Amino acid sequence: MTLAWCARRLMLMVYTVIVVSMLVFAITQILPADAAQSLLGENATPEVLAALRARLGLGDPAWLQYARWARHVFTGDFGISMRTSLPVGPEMLAALSRSLLLAVSAILVTLAVAVPLGVVAALRQGRLTDTGVSLIAYLGVSLPEFVTATLLALLLADTWHWLPATGYVSPLEDFGGGIRHLALPVLTVSLILVAHVMRMMRSETLDVLKSDYIRAARLKGLPERTVLFRHALRNALLPVVTIIALDVGYLLGGIIVIEEIFAIPGIGRALMVAITTRDLPSIQAGALIMAATYAVTNTFADMAYAFLDRRIRYD
Amino acid sequence: MTELFIRLMRKPQGFVGVVLLALIAAACLLGPALAPYAPEKIDFLGRFRAPGWQNWLGADQFGRDILSRLMVGARSTVPLAFIATFVGSAAGAIIGVGSAYLGGRTDEAIMRTNDAVMAIPGLLMALLLVSTLGNGAGNAVIAIAVAFAPGMARVTRSAALNVRNQDYVKAAIARGEGARWIIFREMLPNVMAPIVIESTIRVSFAVMLFATLSFLGVGAQPPASEWGLMVADARQYMHQAPWGLIAPSAAIALTAIAFNLVGDGLRDALNPKDER
Repeated sequence: MTLAWCARRLMLMVYTVIVVSMLVFAITQILPADAAQSLLGENATPEVLAALRARLGLGDPAWLQYARWARHVFTGDFGISMRTSLPVGPEMLAALSRSLLLAVSAILVTLAVAVPLGVVAALRQGRLTDTGVSLIAYLGVSLPEFVTATLLALLLADTWHWLPATGYVSPLEDFGGGIRHLALPVLTVSLILVAHVMRMMRSETLDVLKSDYIRAARLKGLPERTVLFRHALRNALLPVVTIIALDVGYLLGGIIVIEEIFAIPGIGRALMVAITTRDLPSIQAGALIMAATYAVTNTFADMAYAFLDRRIRYD
Repeated sequence: MTELFIRLMRKPQGFVGVVLLALIAAACLLGPALAPYAPEKIDFLGRFRAPGWQNWLGADQFGRDILSRLMVGARSTVPLAFIATFVGSAAGAIIGVGSAYLGGRTDEAIMRTNDAVMAIPGLLMALLLVSTLGNGAGNAVIAIAVAFAPGMARVTRSAALNVRNQDYVKAAIARGEGARWIIFREMLPNVMAPIVIESTIRVSFAVMLFATLSFLGVGAQPPASEWGLMVADARQYMHQAPWGLIAPSAAIALTAIAFNLVGDGLRDALNPKDER
C-alpha cells in the first residue's frame, strides 16, 4: 500500500461524491419539468409558484443551479427545510448519528454470529449443519426487510411482549431503554446481513482449506487447531472486510424501511418524511449524505484491506 | 438448451426452483380464473375470518379472501418485477459490453462513473426517481430498471473484457465492422450466460424492491392486491388477523427463493467444474 495508491483512492472517493451529488441534484431538481409545481402540487397559486421558482432559481440554466447548490453544500449549508423552516444540515447529521448507531450495532452482532456459523458450515460441508445453515441463509436473503421486520415485531413485541415494538430512546440518556428499543431493528438488520456474510464466510473458508499452504501446514504436522485458527481463519477473514463495506451500501438502503417501521428518527426516516412531504432541500441532503457515507466507508474498507493483506501490491 | 435444462433439474435446488417458478407462472396466467372468490368481494360477516374451509388462507379486514387476492396479485407483482429486471439488465449489458469494446481510458472513465453511481443504494435511487416521476406501479418499474443498470453493467463488462481479446472479435475489427455490429453481433451473444444468471437472481431482488416500494406507499396503489401492499394493509390488523400478514410475506419469500434457486442452479449447470 503506497502513498500514491492511497491518494488515488481518495481522489476516486471525491469523484464518486461529485458524481452522486450531480445525480441527486439532476433527479430531484432538473428532471421534473417544473420542480416548483411538483413540489407544491396542483392547487398552488401562481404567486406562490413564482416565489418558489425564484427561491430555487429555477429560471437559471441547469449547471448554474447545480453550481450554486454545490457551493453551499460544500460549506455545509444544505439549505432551509421547506417543512420545518430549520436548517437541513444539522438535522440530517443528527439523524445520521442515530442511524449509524443502529448500523454499527447490527454489523457487530452480524460479525459475532455469522463468522463462526460460516466456518462451522464449511467444516461440516455437506452435512446436516451445513444444509441447515445454508437454508437459513437462503431464507435471510429472500425476505425483504419490511417482511422480516414486521414478522419479528409480530412475534417478539406483540405476541410475547419481550421488546417494545417501535420508538427510539437515546442510549446516552437511558442505556437500558435505549438498548431495548434498538434490539428489534438491530435484530432485523442482522438477520439479513448474517445470511449474506455467512454464505461468503463459508465459501471463503472452503477455498482457503483447499489451498496449498493449508496442505503444507497439515503436512508439517501442525495440530488441526493451529492450522484452522492461525492459517486458515486469518486468510478467510480478509474478504469479510470488503463484504461488510459493500453491505453498508445495502444497509443504508434497508435502513430506510427499517427506520420507517420501527419509528426510529434516523436518516432513512428523515428521507422518507422529506419524500412524502416533498421537502426538496431535505431530500437532496438526505440522499447525498447517505451516498457519501457509503463512498467514504468503501474507501476506508479498501484501504484496510490493502493494509491487512500485504500480498496485494497496488500500483 | 435441453441438456442444460436436464442438468438444472438434476440438482435438488434447481428442481425445487423450477417447480416453484412453474407454480408462480401458473398463478400469473390463470390466477383470476382459478381464484375461488373475486379479489374485491367484500364480506362483512367474514371479517378477519381465520383460515378454514371457507377461506383457505383466511380473510382480511373487509372479509376479502386472502388466497384469491394473492393469486390475482401475482399478476401485478411478478411480471412487473420481471420487466424491470429485463430492461435494467439490457441497459446495463449494453453499457458493459460497450465499455469493454471501447477499452482504454474511455472504459476506465465509464466504469469509474458507473461505480460512483452504484454508491447510491438501489432502494434510495428508486425512491428518488419515483418521488420525481410520481407514485405508481409503472414508474416503480422504471425506477427499479434504472437502479439495476449499473450493477449489471459491471458484471457484463468483466465478462466482456475476456471476449474482447478473442480472435473472432479481433477479426471483426480487422474486417472493418462497425462498433454496433461488434457490440451486438460479436460480443453480446458471447456474454449472455453470465447476464442470464445474474438477471435471474436479480428478479428476486426486483420482486422484493417492488414490494418494498409498494409497502412504502410509492409503488402499486390500492386497491391493487400487490403483495407488498397487502403486507402494508395487514400490518394495522396484525393482532386480529396475523394470517393477513403471513400469507403475502410467504408469497414474496417463495418467489424470491424460486428465482434465487434457479439462478444458482443455472450457474452450477453452466459451470460443471465447480462443485460448490
